[in-house]
Amino acid sequence: MDINEIIKPENLVYQKSKVLTDTVMHYCPGCSHGVVHKLLAEVIEELDIQDKTIGISPVGCAVFAYKYLDIDWQQAAHGRAPALATATKRLYPDKYVFSYQGDGDLASIGTAEIIHACNRGENIVVIFINNAIYGMTGGQMAPTTLIDMKTSTTPYGRKAELNGYPLKITELVAQLEGTCYVTRQAVENPANVRKTKKAIRKAFENSAQKKGTSFVEIVSACNSNWKMPPVDANKWMEDNMFPFYPLGDIKDR
Amino acid sequence: MAEKLLKKGNEAIALAAIRYGADGYFGYPITPQSEVMETLMEEMPWETTGMVVLQAESETSSINMLYGGACCGKKVMTSSSSPGISLMCEGISYMAGAELPCLLVNVIRGGPGLGTIQPAQGDYFQAVKGGGHGDYKIIVLAPASVQEMYDFVGLGFELAFKYRIPTMILSDGAIGQMMEKVELRDPVRRLTDKEIAEKYGHWATVGKPATRKGNIISSLSLAASEMEAINLRLQEKYRTIEKNEIRCEKTMCDDAEYLLVAFGSSSRICEGTVEIAREKGIRLGLLRPITLFPYPTPVIQQMLPQLKGIMSVELNSGQMVEDVRLAVNGAVPVEFYGRMGGSIFSPEEVFKAFAEKFNL
Repeated sequence: MDINEIIKPENLVYQKSKVLTDTVMHYCPGCSHGVVHKLLAEVIEELDIQDKTIGISPVGCAVFAYKYLDIDWQQAAHGRAPALATATKRLYPDKYVFSYQGDGDLASIGTAEIIHACNRGENIVVIFINNAIYGMTGGQMAPTTLIDMKTSTTPYGRKAELNGYPLKITELVAQLEGTCYVTRQAVENPANVRKTKKAIRKAFENSAQKKGTSFVEIVSACNSNWKMPPVDANKWMEDNMFPFYPLGDIKDR
Repeated sequence: MAEKLLKKGNEAIALAAIRYGADGYFGYPITPQSEVMETLMEEMPWETTGMVVLQAESETSSINMLYGGACCGKKVMTSSSSPGISLMCEGISYMAGAELPCLLVNVIRGGPGLGTIQPAQGDYFQAVKGGGHGDYKIIVLAPASVQEMYDFVGLGFELAFKYRIPTMILSDGAIGQMMEKVELRDPVRRLTDKEIAEKYGHWATVGKPATRKGNIISSLSLAASEMEAINLRLQEKYRTIEKNEIRCEKTMCDDAEYLLVAFGSSSRICEGTVEIAREKGIRLGLLRPITLFPYPTPVIQQMLPQLKGIMSVELNSGQMVEDVRLAVNGAVPVEFYGRMGGSIFSPEEVFKAFAEKFNL
């Protein structure tokens, strides 16, 4: 039986979002990026804002995010996505503008840009992927790397006296007057995937209502650089990341 | 009749930005150019033309706001002074790589480091040779008066969009701070979002209509063959600019046996030097490059048969003189005179140096 004979409207229970392109993703199997991309595409499609959405991709694994969602994209310099998003949103107040950033991009080199964009209350959406490691460059310590966690630049584990402490940037931006919605989610099981999608949708809705900056952290697994099989990586994330980076809304107004 | 005002060079930049239909200004305070943003904030153009004016948290951020705004097909600009421009060089390289139009204003102060707030021309290399990483050029305009500060905002935007390239007004603390008469030109209205989408929608990130694929603005291309092709295309564009956009001004050059080459505030001083020489019967002329990239190399070369010597006069240790020597290629002696760190020469001082160097 041909596949097209099977896929009839009455048999169709699920299909890929039309906002997602057919380009094969470069992400490692087990990585959280692909799931988050899918959720973003679904939210953009459901809100019917594909023609009004401008994405800003970072430097890091998600640098190529522009290949996977069929919207207009700007590819920013390392850490600077919130500055690009600021100007884009101010020049086009009725468009939906989001930055998509990893932990090295947002919480290390781009700390000034994210703090000040959030503090100005730019009506943008920030998607923050926190996997506690630099993925694209091969597993170096990130600002969010946990104490004792091994990376290629902390081969004996992160030590506070040598490397400082993991940075809870999400709690930090929650304190700023300009943010309206700050939440921490994950996508390692179906229940959390659903919650994350709800959070992303809410963030985009906030943007339309010009309530301020919406900041969605997604605690993510990087099984390749954590050097674990995907299932073990998700388990490690639940056991080690969630206690330090607890899930849930931090601010919603 | 056009309105005439007595204004500082920095104020002229701000007034011109509004009147040439700029969509956005993003900046960070630094002496000696802070009047640009101060004037814009006083004028409140968001109430009239709808222009966005925003004080960023750093020069790094302002240049990246420009990057975002330029991606959208909007007329965006910033201004700064030397240390701030150094911070912006990362973003300028990205914008050159992504082929984005924008207007940059550098009101140079003396360096290196924190240097001084006094005028200098020590950023010639940074502006003309590319201060950031990679093989790129930007168009560089050198105003010598407050009127040119005003006019080059319009010209700068025009060239930036014509070639999709960052364009810089390379000024200095003297031109930025001095007051002169400036004639305001007829206002140019800002393009509407619809007009921008029609004009630049084939490349700009204005929101993707159903009729096309998403636009992607990026300077990234991991495959060497693709990146080389991009570089070759950029170089071709720079050669076109060299062919079409050279601008310079000649003073007393027709019968000149000797030539001073100077840009910006140095050229204003050298006008006095030419007068001194002419009174003494020395046939001295002045060539003022208005575009520093593209450099008026062919203009210098055309003059070579009539010349016995050239002196480049700059407020630095000798930067533009290298481009003069490249143009001359040993055909006549090329000398240099300069002051640094915020010190400025007088016409007499330049004449003395000129007479000594050429035994006149």
